[in-house]
Amino acid sequence: MSKKITAYKVTKIFPSPRGQVVAVKDFSLEVEDGEFVCIVGPSGCGKSTFLRILAGLVPATCGTCAIHRSPDAPPGKPLNSVVFQEYAIFPWKTVRDNVAFGLQMRGVPKKERFRIAADWIQRVGLKDFADCYPHELSGGMKQRVSIARAFANDPEVLLMDEPLAALDAQTRAVMQEELLRIWESDRKTVVYITHSIDEAVLLGDRVILMTARPGTNKASFTVPFPRPRDLSLSSTAEFAQLTYGIWNLLQEEVHKTMEGRAR
Amino acid sequence: MSGQRTVSLRFPRPAPAWLKSLLMLVGLVIFNGVLFVFGGWKKNWIVAITANFVGVALVLEWMTAYVSARRLSAYERALSIGFPIAMLVAWELLVRGGVLSATWFPPPTKVARALWDLATEYDRFNKTSLLGRPWLIPQIYSQQGWAGVKALFAESHLWATLMRIFAGFIAGSIPGLIIGIAMGISRTMRVMLDPVISALYVIPKITILPLMMLIFTPFGETYKIVTVAISVFFVVLINTMAGVKGVEPILVEAGKNYGATGVRLFWHVIIPSALPVIFAGLRLALGTALIVIVAIEFVRAKSGVGYITWYYWEVLNPPKMYAGLIVIMLLGVVLTYGLMSVEGLLMPWQRRREQRQVIEVPEG
Repeated sequence: MSKKITAYKVTKIFPSPRGQVVAVKDFSLEVEDGEFVCIVGPSGCGKSTFLRILAGLVPATCGTCAIHRSPDAPPGKPLNSVVFQEYAIFPWKTVRDNVAFGLQMRGVPKKERFRIAADWIQRVGLKDFADCYPHELSGGMKQRVSIARAFANDPEVLLMDEPLAALDAQTRAVMQEELLRIWESDRKTVVYITHSIDEAVLLGDRVILMTARPGTNKASFTVPFPRPRDLSLSSTAEFAQLTYGIWNLLQEEVHKTMEGRAR
Repeated sequence: MSGQRTVSLRFPRPAPAWLKSLLMLVGLVIFNGVLFVFGGWKKNWIVAITANFVGVALVLEWMTAYVSARRLSAYERALSIGFPIAMLVAWELLVRGGVLSATWFPPPTKVARALWDLATEYDRFNKTSLLGRPWLIPQIYSQQGWAGVKALFAESHLWATLMRIFAGFIAGSIPGLIIGIAMGISRTMRVMLDPVISALYVIPKITILPLMMLIFTPFGETYKIVTVAISVFFVVLINTMAGVKGVEPILVEAGKNYGATGVRLFWHVIIPSALPVIFAGLRLALGTALIVIVAIEFVRAKSGVGYITWYYWEVLNPPKMYAGLIVIMLLGVVLTYGLMSVEGLLMPWQRRREQRQVIEVPEG
């Protein structure tokens, strides 16, 4: 197996008028090709910041961070595509144009990009909504568009920043299963940020635990459950055991965060 | 089973809507009759009209109880069309009945007649007409060719005003858009220019007219168009800047992450996101342009719809003054609708949203 992502001692310091804020400190991560890695941590621990550094949206203050191209990648294949928590799909583009956006920016001819977009729109179950504008869709459907846009762009790695956090609990459960199904049919390397341990264990091959701010490596868990998985996994004793084990470590960090706030 | 006790609550039943309405109508008839018989109607016509309006409005509201949900929008549309007509009828009757002075408030029929005259007459003294006598175009064209048609347009007051608005609007909005976009994108430029723009924005635009007359010659069209352009410029600039500044950062990030940079980021993300606010600014600017041009035509023109309204004040012809007002109003309505249809073409995603809202109202 080859390494897809190597991040070594990534640190991010935000300057502010009241002094510096260290968001991420010496965080390291290695991800194999085709691996689904979930990063869990208390809120405000800098996990989103790390993802944005990985995506190249903000520069790291120090440390190195790289996404490796596969040797047989066609020219123009993007390094990463982000699925944002707030959907971040364009209200002025139809579902089809949103999903085809990355391909359009890369200069893929219209016919070809619409063919790829149509395929992904069908895979996320929005076939009848291809010509709709986002305001005509529900929250879950918008996030499907966002996911389809990322997959259709066919990047080296997918970066997901709490993609299901804005959805209600029932829609989230449905979307988790759907995400599993889509990912298992097209095993891309994924880095998935979440604050839900259940979600991380259900979806991921590995769960990385981050400390309270400044965020750094706390622990790493390998998720042993076989694929294909579905929601029934979450009712097994092994699942409960693993999530509880992670929670035991995480709650220390949550308490730290809360005490930090109280002060 | 027998141990259960049910408690029944009794509410006083409200009177049915038809009964209330009937009582109200009878009450209104008695009210008007008494006022009329004792000769107080004419003296207290404002009170009488207000009472009648409130009474009728209440009856119409109670009557919605008998309108099915499906017919409700048709009922409301009938009211919104019917009431203005009722107002015109009331105006006519009040003038005929001698309550309102026919001199200052010529009845609608008289105004309509004046509007017709204004539209069809040719002013031999000033060598002008309102519309430029478009019905003469085929005849003049065969006699004198394009030069004759041009002369017909030149004599039109409406055309004169339209051209000043168009020229000023375009000359003002294009630099407004460009500088507004630049200020929206660049924080440094915004910080530098904002105090100047904000200070100049609050100047009532018409006050720069004397200055423009001094800078350009006080004759011809240039200073008029420049004054309109400057008033349009500030409104468009401030709104364009707000629109571009208000682009959601997350959408810009998404655009960049999916490979849009530079010009493509601009066309695919920043401009479409700012368009609704930009168009709000353009609509405001159009209204400002109309106000400014009419004001300029009042004082410094021998043509234009503002000029004719002023002219008929000078010759004391109220019906034609009203006709002039109606022409200005129609001009504003038509221009606004024109701009809104451009909006619909450029922003299909907004159009569908508005349509949906229109459908949602009667359903909800």
